[in-house]
Amino acid sequence: MSASPLAALFSREIRVARRIGGGGTMGVIFFLILVTIVPFAIGPDLNLLSRIGPAILWIAALLATLLGLDRLFQADQEDGSLDLILTSDTPLELIVLVKCLAHWVVTGLPLVIAAPLFGLMLALDPQALWGVTLSLLAGTPALALLGAIGAALTVTLRRGGLLMAILILPLAIPVLIFGVSAAAASFSATTPFLPPFLILCALTLGTLAAAPFAVAAALRHMSE
Amino acid sequence: MWKYANPTFFLPLVATLLPWLIGATVAAFAIGLWGAFFSAPADYQQGETVRIMYIHVPAAWLSMFCYATMAASALGTLVWRHPLADAAQKAAAPIGAAFTFICLVTGSLWGKPMWGTWWVWDARLTSVLVLFVIYLGLIALWQTIEDASRAARGAAILTLVGVVNLPIIKFSVDWWNTLHQPASVFRMSGPTIAPSMLWPLLVMGIAFTLLFTTLHLMATRNEILRRRARRLAIQAASGETDAQPTHRLTMTGGAQ
Repeated sequence: MSASPLAALFSREIRVARRIGGGGTMGVIFFLILVTIVPFAIGPDLNLLSRIGPAILWIAALLATLLGLDRLFQADQEDGSLDLILTSDTPLELIVLVKCLAHWVVTGLPLVIAAPLFGLMLALDPQALWGVTLSLLAGTPALALLGAIGAALTVTLRRGGLLMAILILPLAIPVLIFGVSAAAASFSATTPFLPPFLILCALTLGTLAAAPFAVAAALRHMSE
Repeated sequence: MWKYANPTFFLPLVATLLPWLIGATVAAFAIGLWGAFFSAPADYQQGETVRIMYIHVPAAWLSMFCYATMAASALGTLVWRHPLADAAQKAAAPIGAAFTFICLVTGSLWGKPMWGTWWVWDARLTSVLVLFVIYLGLIALWQTIEDASRAARGAAILTLVGVVNLPIIKFSVDWWNTLHQPASVFRMSGPTIAPSMLWPLLVMGIAFTLLFTTLHLMATRNEILRRRARRLAIQAASGETDAQPTHRLTMTGGAQ
């Protein structure tokens, strides 16, 4: 029964996110608004939009992932449950992993599901829709895990949100590069889809393996 | 080595070393700049603009060397919780940011006549820009967290996470097809630069390293003194007459 505390934590995270003040659906709405304002800024030219559509969706996903992250550990720190988590027998790295997974299910997964719909609004063709959705599915977990590092570093700061964005966005650039190139390659005749997509998967798996240790170390040091 | 890591031994050591280091830095810059501007020939293709290389390349080396120094200090902070490592780490970040900035600006000035553009989004330039942003992020982190030792540990973790960028910068010219030229000094098969241009470059590299060492030692010393001054100020404010109860100081220090 060693997995049961983690399962309990996972369902708690989901429940908290769905309650009032959890802000679980905010990410998708933010994503929609970002996608909506871009055509106003660059003009409603459908050819241009369909060319840069994957990039718009990726940047919107990147910013939407950042949105709820500053509360990832801060809410627990404020109500004291972070201290309970830190002193529990369950390895902190696993707890971090479960929290990130729950956060991704609440904020990242809806973006992936909504991406084809928003892609239609940006006049992407069906192949590009598939490419963007697949690349977001493969890439957003890495964004959530990288963001957790920033969330843990700024856990005790009252206004950590902006600092977190400054710390995290440079680290997220490789994910963005390969995510966008995979999405762009999916509807290009000359460049193959698989190499950037596999590198994106490798980035996600690498962060999955390494980031929980950095997050756990940051939590231990920063919340003392 | 541990003996000199103690601030009480470190400060006199710095005081002894600094005049020599400053002298060596000035001498190396004199020789290097003379070599770069008068002795080295102009390039047969690039003309006189090649002399930008003698600033640009050492600055680029040092921007990475400084980050490596910070990563080593970060290990010292996290593993041994050494206060001197904290100070060294904090002192290195602005210096590294300055070297990275010099590297970017000189590269841009060199790129305009050679490539016809101030900036291209190729892998080497982008990864150095990311290094610059990481330096700025670290400085922001230091400035945001009030408790110095907590800030040190947070910055140390972020520094170690950011280390992944160093190999990306180094090998970006090999992994991707970039406009930036590949490595021409540190190669397995030996440098591809003419010796008349190579020696001023290496002397400038030594000069930049000496400059970094001097600035870094000075900044670390200043950081230690700044902490002492702050401790004394808190002590004076809390009405203590003698230099005692330390637990009291940490309590007031955290709440400031």
